Amino acid sequence: MNSLRQPFWLCLALITTLYLGFWLAMLAATATYTSLGDMSQVLMSREIRYSTMLSLVTCTVSALLSVIVAVPVAYLMSRRRFSGHSLIDAALDIPIVLPPMVVGICLLIFFQTTAGHYIEKVVPFTYTIAGVILAQFVIAAAFAIRTMRGVFDHLPARPEEVALTLGATRWEAFSQVTLPAARNGMFAAASVAWARSLGEFGPVLVFAGATRMKTEVLPTSVWMAWSVGELEQGVAVSLLMIVISMVVLISVRAMGERI
Amino acid sequence: MIRLENITWKAPGFVLNEVSFEVPASTYGVLMGKTGTGKTTLLEMICGLRTPVSGRIFLVEVDVTSLSPGQRGIGYVPQDGALFPTMAVREQIGFGLRLQKQPADAILSRVSELAEETRVSHLLDRKPQGLSGGEKQRVALARALIMRPKVLLLDEPLASLDEDTQDDLIALLQRTQQDHGITVLHVTHSRREARTLGQVQLQLENGSVSSHTPG
Repeated sequence: MNSLRQPFWLCLALITTLYLGFWLAMLAATATYTSLGDMSQVLMSREIRYSTMLSLVTCTVSALLSVIVAVPVAYLMSRRRFSGHSLIDAALDIPIVLPPMVVGICLLIFFQTTAGHYIEKVVPFTYTIAGVILAQFVIAAAFAIRTMRGVFDHLPARPEEVALTLGATRWEAFSQVTLPAARNGMFAAASVAWARSLGEFGPVLVFAGATRMKTEVLPTSVWMAWSVGELEQGVAVSLLMIVISMVVLISVRAMGERI
Repeated sequence: MIRLENITWKAPGFVLNEVSFEVPASTYGVLMGKTGTGKTTLLEMICGLRTPVSGRIFLVEVDVTSLSPGQRGIGYVPQDGALFPTMAVREQIGFGLRLQKQPADAILSRVSELAEETRVSHLLDRKPQGLSGGEKQRVALARALIMRPKVLLLDEPLASLDEDTQDDLIALLQRTQQDHGITVLHVTHSRREARTLGQVQLQLENGSVSSHTPG
């Protein structure tokens, strides 16, 4: 009775196959657009090696920062109800629904204010590598918070309450009972934030610029190549991004399942 | 001894209206009531997990109304045991003593003692996943007893267990109460549990509690 041959399951399997098939067809078309020789020549260039390294480093830092922020924010939103809770909940999703370019403009304008100038005296963000990380983080954190919120909503509060009756402080109950149970969720949030950061283009371009060998990350490399008609270079970098994303996501998922 | 004086609580769906009752020291009290009448809320207020709108809570003659859950000297066993998801049974039971930074050998010896008493010695290295309902409740009971509480609070500990397991746990709860000489408040909607265990039977209905001591 539960056979996949039933019309209902067949329909669902067909939709899944069509969707995945379309994706695979796109990837195959992109992969065959350029030759291996041309691709390796592009990828070994100094500029692309720099933007690859910068992408890997900035994505990792912004993913870590996203999880560090996402855990307390999501825990608060999941466990406590207070006046303005729904409003704050909606506000936390703003970076998810805003066009990424708008986020970049908001960042740029904020750092033109007095507060922004003071911050920049300590850490310069505009058109720097720190700015690349901040632009990636602002959006990636929203996705990490959404992921962690689901994780904490799913974990019952009762074990923490039992820990409190055994003499634990709030912090001890959180760090010794809830946080270990949320490990897989934290890996999921980090991988979502990492993947999101890797693909971030609009805010990075507006806020950190696209200066070669300085603030150029892989999506900006694709855009720069495309804008001057160097299609092979754009395709080579795109393929590299696809490979990096798949390797990182598969590794993180495998690691998450083991933990 | 557990004494509640004029406890008031308001929530959507039910109101506790100046609830007062007492379970004498070293007595097994059972609080009965239909689902949704506020039994668990009342227990959570005694635990210190919720603050009553008004009224006072006394445990062993001490006013604990404003004390934190950890300062009340209670043991708490929630409905499904609420075991810590990532800890082995040994760590679960020793959790309270570990928080107090007691020496490792003292923790080990107390854990072994309680594991033997609650008959979970063979489960000490297991994680909660895969334990049966009865095993989970035994572990939760051992964990609650580790701090040598004067008051034990049980929230429907036998719900969703089969009858044989219920009988086993009933015998364990009776033995535990007598051996440790503690005051127990056991929340349930089962008349059978109330009849078998309750030295003092309390009925929560329409926001107030009536008391009955079986002859």
